[in-house]
Amino acid sequence: MKGQKTLSISLCALFLLPTTLIAEWSGNISSRVSVYKNEALLDNQKRVYSSLALQPAYSKTWDNDRQLFDLELFVRANDRVSNTADIRELSWAYSEREWEFRAGIRKVFWGVTESQHLVDIINQTDFRESFDGEAKLGQPMLNLVIIQNWGTLDLFVLTGFRERKYPDDNARLRFPLPVTDDPAKFESDAEEKNIDYALRWSHYLGNWDFALSHFYGTNREPRFQKYGNQFMPMYDIINQTGVEVQATIENWLWKLEAIHRDGAGSRYFASTSGFEYTFFDIDSSGVDVGIVAEYSYDERGKRATTPFQNDTMLGIRLALNDEQSTEALIGAIVDNGGEGVILSLEASRRIGHSFKLTINGYLFTESSPGEFMYAYSNEDFVEVEFGYYF
Amino acid sequence: MKKIVPVLALLTLLPFSAYSQTPAERGYGIAKKADELDVGWQDFTANIVMTLRNKSGNESVRKNRVRTLEVAGDGDKSIILFDSPADIKGTAFLSYTHILKPDDQWLFLPALKRVKRISSSNKSGPFMGSEFAYEDISSQEVDKFSYKYIKDTEIDGQEAFLIERFPEYRKSGYSKQIVWIDKAMYQPLKVVFYDRKNSKLKTLTYHEYNQYLDKYWRSSRLEMVNHQTGKSTTLAWKDYKFKNGYTDRDFDKNSLKRMR
Repeated sequence: MKGQKTLSISLCALFLLPTTLIAEWSGNISSRVSVYKNEALLDNQKRVYSSLALQPAYSKTWDNDRQLFDLELFVRANDRVSNTADIRELSWAYSEREWEFRAGIRKVFWGVTESQHLVDIINQTDFRESFDGEAKLGQPMLNLVIIQNWGTLDLFVLTGFRERKYPDDNARLRFPLPVTDDPAKFESDAEEKNIDYALRWSHYLGNWDFALSHFYGTNREPRFQKYGNQFMPMYDIINQTGVEVQATIENWLWKLEAIHRDGAGSRYFASTSGFEYTFFDIDSSGVDVGIVAEYSYDERGKRATTPFQNDTMLGIRLALNDEQSTEALIGAIVDNGGEGVILSLEASRRIGHSFKLTINGYLFTESSPGEFMYAYSNEDFVEVEFGYYF
Repeated sequence: MKKIVPVLALLTLLPFSAYSQTPAERGYGIAKKADELDVGWQDFTANIVMTLRNKSGNESVRKNRVRTLEVAGDGDKSIILFDSPADIKGTAFLSYTHILKPDDQWLFLPALKRVKRISSSNKSGPFMGSEFAYEDISSQEVDKFSYKYIKDTEIDGQEAFLIERFPEYRKSGYSKQIVWIDKAMYQPLKVVFYDRKNSKLKTLTYHEYNQYLDKYWRSSRLEMVNHQTGKSTTLAWKDYKFKNGYTDRDFDKNSLKRMR
């Protein structure tokens, strides 16, 4: 309740700002309803959840666009689970001809593939916000960028670690046991104050875009240890080397991401590779249909901590390219060992000029106990989001 | 007297050179001259307001900001930053256009902070749901087309060349375009587009030409009407600013991420 009150006050404050300032604000406010097909297995879980989210952003450039300030906040008030809030962006950037410097809380994306983002490691994932792992927490950092004719070199000092966020006790789509973040175990004595380092070289030549990266620091992905009737996350120190390649040839996008990760006595290789082919402007209708196919491999096999140990993702992307920007992505992630299928639908359409309707749905087929997806086999759901953008 | 002789000699050559040209050469010559008169502007920024109108007259507006760098011997580089509708605000589109080989294009998606290399094979599809196709807003280089001069004519009291041009790049949605080029400005006044089946598809008219830096003519308002769907789009160019001192660095993936 307290969270909701703060939310409504901050909303009012936003609309009371002088109009001259509003011009530099943007963002959205949205309501979301999630409906689960089956009754919950646990008493404290429900079939219907609803929430209200506010995501304001403020940007300012000055000094002839050489300097840039960014702020992006995120607040979600939930009816049945804890409210969440995060500073996703609070940063200053300075740009010169051959270098840039960025400091503060930022979000950085690495990668080219669609079904999962193996190489992407700078920001922590927020599984409370979305099941697909696309929602990230802001990461405090210093980032020096060197821009030369041989490409772009990004050097990162990541000042402080943020623990992965999992759905809380009353939420659906959670592990059989809740994940606690108090206590959590760290390999580093500095625990969440450990400073992590990363570098990435990226370049492009003709049809080819590519990057090489290395990360040394606290793994964003924990291992779990049973702690009473909870899971306690354990964060190891790892070295991760990553490769990203995309070849863009006519209607084809050929993609590869691969990592080698080494830490806590385990070293392994994992990759995602595939293509996207788009039929543009079919029969002069303006409609694009794309076919996405990606294969994921994880050397750890059944011990993998992701559902992508030997899986194929097949997807159809539809873009009507109409006035309302109607889009849909229908996907299937198929375990090649016959251990389950996830079907997904993501669709969105602008309503009027300032509203947008988004519908996401997931279906999980039965999988056997011990499989990664077993915990989700009762969790088929549909999520409808209606947002106002400003 | 001495001076008159060479002039007379030239006069006798004139009709000869004009008639020795094939319609293709003459059409190409007009396009080439238009191109040569529009060299040296270096770079510009401008605001674009697009008004989309459907058959029943309902309107929706899109606002973009554009920055473009002139590239000698190749197509231009440009970044388009989307300001509205608000749900796509902050999305930015970087393109390195080329004459005949496919353009290089990247899209910055602000929600994910992701820069995505995208296929540039989509020439004929609609730009932002409008009646302008991607190929209509791409940089218009001379060698993207072959030409055919038709005749000298007049349009709304202005003297013009009437030429046909045929896309030489792949995946165009057009079989041909008929273009009226103003004889004084060497800028287009009207273009009629024919689809792949050679049916009349769209008409584009250029309005309110202004001259910048005492040399470069730019139309402030473009009207595109689709004859097959009844939809139309007005594209208004505002606040042109030339010679901002941009370099290639202002058109790289790092700059794309910094667009606000």
